[in-house]
Order: sequence, then C-alpha cells, then structure tokens
Amino acid sequence: MSERGARAWILTPVWLWLGTLVALPFGIVAKLSISEQALARPPYRPLLAWEEGGAVWQGTLGNYLMLATDPLYLRALASSVALAAGSTAIALLVGLGLAQAAIRAPLRWRALALAAIVLPFWTPSLIRIYAWIGILKPEGYLNAALRALGAIEQPLAIHGSWAAVTIGLVYTYLPFAVLPIYAALERQDPALAEAAADLGCPPWRAFWIVTVPAAWPGLAVGGLLMFCPAVGEFVVPELLGGPGTPMMGRVVWLEFFNNRDWPLASAAAMALVAILAAPFLIHQRLGARR
Amino acid sequence: MKRGFAPVHGVALALGLVFLYAPIVLLAVYSFNESRLATLWGGWSLRWYRGLPENRALIEAAWTSLRIGIAAATLATAVGTLTGIALDRLGRFAGRWALGGLVALPLVLPEAILGLALLLTFIALGIERGQGTVILAHAVLAVGYVALVVQARLALIDPRLEEAARDLGCPPLKTLAVGPVPLLWPAIMAGWLLALVLSLDDLVLASFASGPGSTTLPMRIFSQARLGVTPEINAIATLLIGVVAATVLLASVLIKGTAGRR
Repeated sequence: MSERGARAWILTPVWLWLGTLVALPFGIVAKLSISEQALARPPYRPLLAWEEGGAVWQGTLGNYLMLATDPLYLRALASSVALAAGSTAIALLVGLGLAQAAIRAPLRWRALALAAIVLPFWTPSLIRIYAWIGILKPEGYLNAALRALGAIEQPLAIHGSWAAVTIGLVYTYLPFAVLPIYAALERQDPALAEAAADLGCPPWRAFWIVTVPAAWPGLAVGGLLMFCPAVGEFVVPELLGGPGTPMMGRVVWLEFFNNRDWPLASAAAMALVAILAAPFLIHQRLGARR
Repeated sequence: MKRGFAPVHGVALALGLVFLYAPIVLLAVYSFNESRLATLWGGWSLRWYRGLPENRALIEAAWTSLRIGIAAATLATAVGTLTGIALDRLGRFAGRWALGGLVALPLVLPEAILGLALLLTFIALGIERGQGTVILAHAVLAVGYVALVVQARLALIDPRLEEAARDLGCPPLKTLAVGPVPLLWPAIMAGWLLALVLSLDDLVLASFASGPGSTTLPMRIFSQARLGVTPEINAIATLLIGVVAATVLLASVLIKGTAGRR
C-alpha cells in the first residue's frame, strides 16, 4: 500500500468522526440559535421556507436580542462570569500556595504530596459536589460544628448562596489550577529564591518577586483550564446554588428541558461560547507577545 | 531562612488536604451511620449497604453505566489513538489545523453545550436515543483526552524507528503497527481508563443524550441528590469512590510496570 493509502486509512475515520460528531453539532446549534421557536415538532421553524415565488428567509436574531435585553438572562450571564472568575481567582491563589508547598517538600515526599492533591479529582465530581450539601445545608455538619462550639446561634444559610457555589467550583476544579502552576514552578531555578534570601529579601517579598513571576505561565494556563468549564457549569449551581446564583449552564438546560425552547437554549449556548472565546484570545495575544 | 520546607508550607499543605479530603471522609463515615438523619450520629451500622442490593433501579443503573462506560472507552480509544497518530506522525496535511481544533473543542466546551449540540444532532439525523447515543456522546468527549495522551507519548518515541522499518521495505501501515504502536500500549491503556472514568463520572452529557432504558448511575444519584442528603446515596457514593480509587491505583501500578520494563 502506498504512503497516500496509509494516510487515507488513518485520516478518513478521524475526519468522519470529528465532522459528524463535533463540527456538525456545532453548526446545528449555530443554525438553531437564529431560528424562530414554533409550536410544532420539531419546535422551531426552518431557516428557509419554500413559498410561491421562491425561498423565504425566516432566520431571526430575536433569541440573541432576548438574551441581551431580558434581565433574567442578563443576570445569569453576569453571575456566571462573576462566579467563574471569582472562583478561578481563589483557586489560583490556593493552587499557588499548594504547588509552592508541594515543591518545597523534601524530594521523596514531593510526588506523594502532588498525588494526594490530585487523587480526589478521580472520584466522581457529582459525588464530591453532593458531599458539600451535607456540610453546608442549615442542619449540616458545618453549622452543627459551629453551634457546638458556641460560635453561632442561628444556622448560617450558606447552602444556596454564592459562597456555596464558589466553594463547589473551587473544589471541583482545583487540580486544573494546581497542576499547571506546579509544572511552571518546577522549571524555576531554585538559586533565585536562595539569592533573594541571601540578599536579605523577606520571604513574602521573595514570593512576590521570584515565585509569582515564575508561576505566571502556569497561572495563565490554569486560569484558562478552570474558567472554561466553570462558566458553563450545571451541577454545582443546581445542587449547591439557589435563586440568587443563576448560571448559563442551567439556563441552557432549563430552556431546553423545561421550556422546550430549543432556539433560545441554542442562543444561550452560543453566547457562552462567545464568553469562552474571550479568555482564549487574550491568552493567545499574551503568548504571542512573550 | 534558606530555601526549604518551612512551617508555613506544611500548614498550607495540611489545610489544603483537609479541604480536599474532609468532604469525602465525612461522606464515607456517615454512610456507616445507623441513624436516618444525615447529621445525627446514631452509631456504626451497615444497614444502608445491606439495603443496596434490593434497590433494583440503582443496581440496574450501575450496570447500565458500566456497559456504557466500557463501550464508550473502547470506541474513544480506537478513534483517539488514530487521531493522536494523525496529529503526531502524518506531518503536514490539508486541514491539520482544523483537525487539531475539532479534537480540542469538546475538551473546552462546557458539558451543557456539548450535550445540547449532540442531542440536536441525534434528532436531526433521526437517531433513536438510548444507550447507543450516550455511548457516542461520552466517546466524543473522551476522544480528545485519548488523543492528547497518545500524542504526548508518540512525541517521545523516536521516528527513526519507522524510518528504519520503511527503509527495510515495510509498508506504511505495517510500519506504524510494528514501530511506535507496541511502545504506545501504556498510553493507550491509560487513555482507555481515563475514558472509562470520564464516562462513569458524567451526568450532563448522559442526561441530554439518553432515552428510554439508558438511565445511568450518575443520573439516578442526581435525581435523588436533588431532594437532599440520604444515607442510601452516601453508601452508594462511598462504594463508588472505593471502586474508582482502586481502579486508579491499579492503573498507575500497571502503567508504571509496563513503562519500567521497556
């Protein structure tokens, strides 16, 4: 068989797979997002209708207009971005501390420390999120413990709040933040930190002028890796959030399953993709400059 | 103070590990709680585990999940390995850039979007929803991960191996089969396991892609968890964590073993 034949044997199934199961679905969502909802099966009108005298364009930007003007959706958009950005920032800070601590550990403990940080990531995320319900709800372990200590009289209403969603997002995606930071710090020259210490630089200052710049590429990648899934998260706001923490992932779900508004769900999905594109472009620009 | 493991690092690590493990430990401990009330300790008991085999819906969902997971992982490994080879070994070809983008897209898209897009596609193509569509959906997500793992490993394998085979008159496909593929086995196995874990873990894609008779374990757990914490879910969750932890440990030992021997 020729070289060309071998290529075809490898590339044909790959293109077929990616074409029908990645490119086509994306195209269908894009198409539906500019279709009009209808009480029919399927519940939308085709983009082109054939009438006497030719094809009639039936596409509309109404779904996007709805997303951009209805306060309900605007709030969901804003709170998705705010919750994802906030929890990503917290996870990066926590991740920086954990990665730095793991890298300073004696060599034979280092791998173990890293493994211990990543291991929970392998357990089902649904179960890890579910575990937090028991901790955060009014009659949960946290409130019981605080009450036993005499710290509070009335239970704290954490479950259902933005704090609960933030905790859930950080908890779910922390390894995404830790691993790239760890990888970046590992490449750092230890002599730099020593030099800073020898020159009388206090540890917290050395952290800012030596460790943080070294971790910078890891922070950028980790932030990207976490922000993307977090901004469209469904399970965390569904199980830990409440009416005050709407998120776009839930909007897509509810519009599709509860309201059967396929075009609006598609437009919400496209809006999320647009939000995701922004940090990617920024990352690429920053990468190009370096 | 010189560079080293200062007390502040120990404290950071300890606090981090408590944050990561406390929820899981609490869940596991309270699954052995005699009391039905989630937060009141009523003594040790196996009663919630004893009740599990009688929960037919749960058992059935667990088997469905396992079947779907194995099928999706196998499919994703086949396609993902080919994709990894295409990205690392075929040099330049038309649309390579687009191919790389399409492989990565499911990895960065939130699951709700991927799920919606796949469901709309199944409807548009007239594919009946059931276990088959859930398998496809999980495979779509996992192909990206398998391709990444395979591609990373391939990059470490010397291409001169194939050149030698080719110079000795070996046909192209056979060149791949006798050259890098045997060295790829650890990566292929790791990719398969990763795909299996992804499938067993997924709720959102399955919820979009499922039809009658394809309720997975996460879907079953989710529909109960929405209503609150119960000792039964604690028990099944603890079992699941145990199984996953054992699989991951076994996999890492296996992969280390094969990697060491070569």
